[in-house]
Amino acid sequence: MGGELTKGMSIGKERGGGDYLAGARAGLPFALATLVLGISFGVLARSLGWGIVAPIVFSVIAFSGSAQFAVVAVLGAGGGALAAIVAAVLLNSRFLPMGVAVAPFLKGGPLRRALEGQAVVDASWALASRGGGRFDREYMIGATLPQVVAWIGGTVVGVLSSDVVGDVERLGLDVIFPAFFMALLVDELRAGGRTIAAALIAAVLSLALVPWVPPGVPVIAACAGALLGLKGSSS
Amino acid sequence: MTTLWVAILGVALASAAIKALGPVVVGGRELPSRASAVIALLAPALLTALVVTETFGEDGHLLLDERAAGVGVAALAIALRAPVLLAVALAALTTALLRAFF
Repeated sequence: MGGELTKGMSIGKERGGGDYLAGARAGLPFALATLVLGISFGVLARSLGWGIVAPIVFSVIAFSGSAQFAVVAVLGAGGGALAAIVAAVLLNSRFLPMGVAVAPFLKGGPLRRALEGQAVVDASWALASRGGGRFDREYMIGATLPQVVAWIGGTVVGVLSSDVVGDVERLGLDVIFPAFFMALLVDELRAGGRTIAAALIAAVLSLALVPWVPPGVPVIAACAGALLGLKGSSS
Repeated sequence: MTTLWVAILGVALASAAIKALGPVVVGGRELPSRASAVIALLAPALLTALVVTETFGEDGHLLLDERAAGVGVAALAIALRAPVLLAVALAALTTALLRAFF
């Protein structure tokens, strides 16, 4: 985070993009969901005998809900460190194409770009998408910050209060993320045409693959739906 | 507990590397138009896959349960131009109610 206030430079078109604060505001509802997830991660990690320090350190240095839950699942089932790392890499491989997509809109030299790339998380990336492959850098970074705070804070609350927390599933809180993604998706689909076709291909691919391959692979394979963009150049 | 710490450090490093790779390799270059056309469709494809796996996926198999009803309600609410927060709240409420009564 350079401290400079990047004024102007607004490449946003509909959601009033171009500044960190607007992004942070847009990220708040996701931060709420992240908080709940962070708490459940903390509770889960504590129940596996990870202690208090390790789960918190994990959330600070990895900041990756899906990868951390994968590690919990693999180690909890008696798997080794390597299996846990492979599972996490498979789950997070989606950040590779997402990072390529935002790359032209980040700033500075390689080191700074590498750092700014860490701000890529599902919700922020989708929120910062401006259509036509363009992204709003400030909006994305702004949207990620409250989620970082919520994820680490939630983990702390979770490990410290492992028996106070109620049943996440009973309250239906496990649908918060898919429901959010669905909301963003419906907005994307209003563009119509190839957007809908790409989404359909992705739906079929991921549905078909879930029973056969490790978690994470269906999501990355479904990106193939985007290859539809190669067909024809106009429109 | 060394297994745990190896996993923690390994995952943290791998995640950071994955996220850094695209921005470092591509840099500030404009992507070729064919690549942009693909990337423009990446958001709907990825979002669809995330919705599908998180709604129907359960320990490596497909499951149609209360989550689908909740996410469906969210989709309907958004299509009817409801605010995102309301749509998500309705999704959680739907899922919670179905789980409580069925």
